[in-house]
Amino acid sequence: MKNEDLQNIINGFGENLEFTTEESEFLNVIVPKEQLHEVCNQLKTNSNLKFDYLYCLTGMDWGTDLGVIYHLESTELKHLIVVKVKTDDRENPTLDSVCDIWRTAEFHEMEVFDFFGIKFNNHPNLKRLFLTPDWDGFPLRKDYVDEANMIVK
Amino acid sequence: MNIPLNITKTIHDWIFSIMPEGLATFTEWVLIAAAYLALFAVAGLYLVLLERKVAAWFQLRLGPNRVGPWGIFQTMADALKLVSKELTSTEKIDKFLYNLAPYFVIVSALIAIGVFPFSRQFQAFDINIGVFFLFAVSSIGVIGILLGGWASNNKFALIGAMRSGLQTISYELSVGLSILTMVLLTGSLQLSEIIEVQRTGGWLILQGHIPAIIAFMIFMIAGTAETNRAPFDLVEAESELGAGFHTEYSGMKFAYFFLAEFINMFIIASIAVVLFFGGWLSPFGITDEITWFPESIWFLIKVLIIIFLMMWFRWTFPRLRVDQLLTLEWKYLLPINLVNLVLMAIIIWLNWTI
Amino acid sequence: MVEKEIINKMKTEEYFVNMGPQHPAAHGVLRLLLTIDGEIIKNVDPDLGYIHRSIEKMCERDSYQQIVHLTDRMDYLSSHINNEAVCLAVEKGLDIEVSDRVKVIRTIVSELTRLASHQLWWGVIGMDLGALTTYFYAFRDREMINDIFEETCGARLTMNYNVPGGLMFDIHPNFVNRVKEFLAHFKTKLPEYDRLLTGNVIFQKRTKGVGILTKEDAISYGATGPVGRGSGFACDVRKTHPYSAYDRVEFKEALFTEGDSLARYKVRIMEMWESMSIIEQLIDNIPEGDIKTPTKAVIKLPKGEYYQRVEAARGELGVYINSTGTKNPYRVKFRSAGFSNLSVLNHITKGAKIADLVATMASFDFVIPDIDR
Repeated sequence: MKNEDLQNIINGFGENLEFTTEESEFLNVIVPKEQLHEVCNQLKTNSNLKFDYLYCLTGMDWGTDLGVIYHLESTELKHLIVVKVKTDDRENPTLDSVCDIWRTAEFHEMEVFDFFGIKFNNHPNLKRLFLTPDWDGFPLRKDYVDEANMIVK
Repeated sequence: MNIPLNITKTIHDWIFSIMPEGLATFTEWVLIAAAYLALFAVAGLYLVLLERKVAAWFQLRLGPNRVGPWGIFQTMADALKLVSKELTSTEKIDKFLYNLAPYFVIVSALIAIGVFPFSRQFQAFDINIGVFFLFAVSSIGVIGILLGGWASNNKFALIGAMRSGLQTISYELSVGLSILTMVLLTGSLQLSEIIEVQRTGGWLILQGHIPAIIAFMIFMIAGTAETNRAPFDLVEAESELGAGFHTEYSGMKFAYFFLAEFINMFIIASIAVVLFFGGWLSPFGITDEITWFPESIWFLIKVLIIIFLMMWFRWTFPRLRVDQLLTLEWKYLLPINLVNLVLMAIIIWLNWTI
Repeated sequence: MVEKEIINKMKTEEYFVNMGPQHPAAHGVLRLLLTIDGEIIKNVDPDLGYIHRSIEKMCERDSYQQIVHLTDRMDYLSSHINNEAVCLAVEKGLDIEVSDRVKVIRTIVSELTRLASHQLWWGVIGMDLGALTTYFYAFRDREMINDIFEETCGARLTMNYNVPGGLMFDIHPNFVNRVKEFLAHFKTKLPEYDRLLTGNVIFQKRTKGVGILTKEDAISYGATGPVGRGSGFACDVRKTHPYSAYDRVEFKEALFTEGDSLARYKVRIMEMWESMSIIEQLIDNIPEGDIKTPTKAVIKLPKGEYYQRVEAARGELGVYINSTGTKNPYRVKFRSAGFSNLSVLNHITKGAKIADLVATMASFDFVIPDIDR
């Protein structure tokens, strides 16, 4: 399906959805964090979209905003899309979990929590997966400082 | 205890000439025990070497080849290393049981080896309930494994020990019933007599034809399970339980477990040889006329062939799962065995034996 | 029925076992927190990070050429394919079209890597199930591939043969002959694998119906590679999003619908045959051409996001590069197959026995550095 058609369908799922194809090979949908779960649910269940395969979930620190990037594919209809969600709360960033929609998100969200400190609502088992439970700070954030272990060029 | 080789007779006379009778008998006991211990150690060590060589042969490798020619001193060196190693253990073990466990295993294996007729005269203890005694003694070993697993205070060891318990209890039935099938044929429990029966009538596996062959197959399967060897090595299943029941043992205590496994294999093979392949009797009586020929050679050759068969199992088969292990025993081997026992009885009743 | 009632009435106590981080079945430092009732598994909770090196953070400080070298250390058994993924992503950003020669050589070496990886896996699955002999048979054949790599790349495991824009250097003059030699050898040896393990009754009993993963679950959990394809999920990136020279070769995507450990086993065996067929189609006519399209010494990707998917030996590897136009990437994410596949483990081993967990893990073929990154 063409990107324009995708955009037309997805536009009906929520308000204030931003669409862009700039600087990316896929159609990017920027979703307000309040609507994330609802939009994702629609993406999975809509019979014209059927985005059933979340092939990549990336945590992101844009400097001011923290967020998550979801790369989605439909295994049946073969189209691809990128969903982005941002939050500007760096102290206590919270997003909705999508692991009830795509089960693979459970582990990837744990990873994002571990490295970016983004909490996910309704996540069954949010814990530090890679780092020790008492690790201080979130290493993949841009403002993370660890003079002992990091070699900065 | 009649060993008529001249050297033993000389020693016998010499001991009785310098000591009072009671002490002399006691001294002889000790000497025989020492001889058997030496035999035990050498057999154990060289079975380990044989296993490593056979494994290497199966696995496109050379095997041990550095210590001595063809690596024949490799296991000696290993044993020396194990003797000199520190006996470490964890803090929260049950000390008494932990230290007791290896001795249970090794002693039961040692006692069992005493009753085998290696040749016409080479037999320490020709008891009239030989088979029964052997069977009883060899099952004591599992207590050692259970104790070891329990006392180690390690969950992997405990799982291993529990598996061993259920495995040995189950497969003991099959071993017992297949032996019983053969005892029906011989009419005797005494090992020397069982062999004597075969001198005139041919090996038991031929005498009893079909039921005997079935009994032999079941005995080999169950016997391999008895010794906790692959494909029934769930007890130590290294990919599941680390090292199983002996995870927490080190040094010589570990070596006892290790050695006992090989001696148990020797025992199972020996029982098979005595019950099915005529013990020390030569095939077709080819060396019966040669009086100086050591008949124990035949015994050893047959035992080694059976042991090789068990090693072959080990290096080609994957491991069973615990429920499949029990299914095999209780749903297949046991019913077949019971039917086989009746079949054998009918054959003897109708006098169909060869 | 009565049996079930008795079992229900029996009081059992769940206990907790720490499987790993040092455990023979984990093939590395994977720690599984098992809740067990007798021999039956109630819950599997992976605890990762024992070999975590934060490669993604290291990428943010390194130049694009340097990133390639870090990817070797992820899934070290398909190191060439990892290198290729990063190079393809960078080339996509620079809008470079590499020559046909590079494409073909990359494909051949990738398939050799896949063969070597699957050979090692075959040895290991036998070992995990207790048949120790398979390991040595597999290594006999894997050694030949490693020798080919050593001759061409100078390294046997972490090859670093790819650079953004092409290859580090041309193939060794012996390369073609030795690859053909290997193919002729391995064609006689792969049936031996089947004879030794596949047909074994105990092996079949241990794997058939063990760890069943349905197609829906495979897609939802993002289980790719042989794990996904064993469940009927057609996820081969070489077919769905062809890269390098995969669009010019004929090969079948190994698909089985049973979803059990045996299906995953069969997928890999079939993939070995397909890999050999791919190499055979390409090896005779490697086109002439440059082995490297020149790039600037300091690569600066234009501002934007680049995503490249490749089919590594364990499944789909995704490389996400976010560039702000400087010489370092702003953010790099590796979507490793092992990490997604691991998340399935708890779902499909609940209620199985400890031995089943080992069999399932063996059929998943985990490489822990790939999971931890």
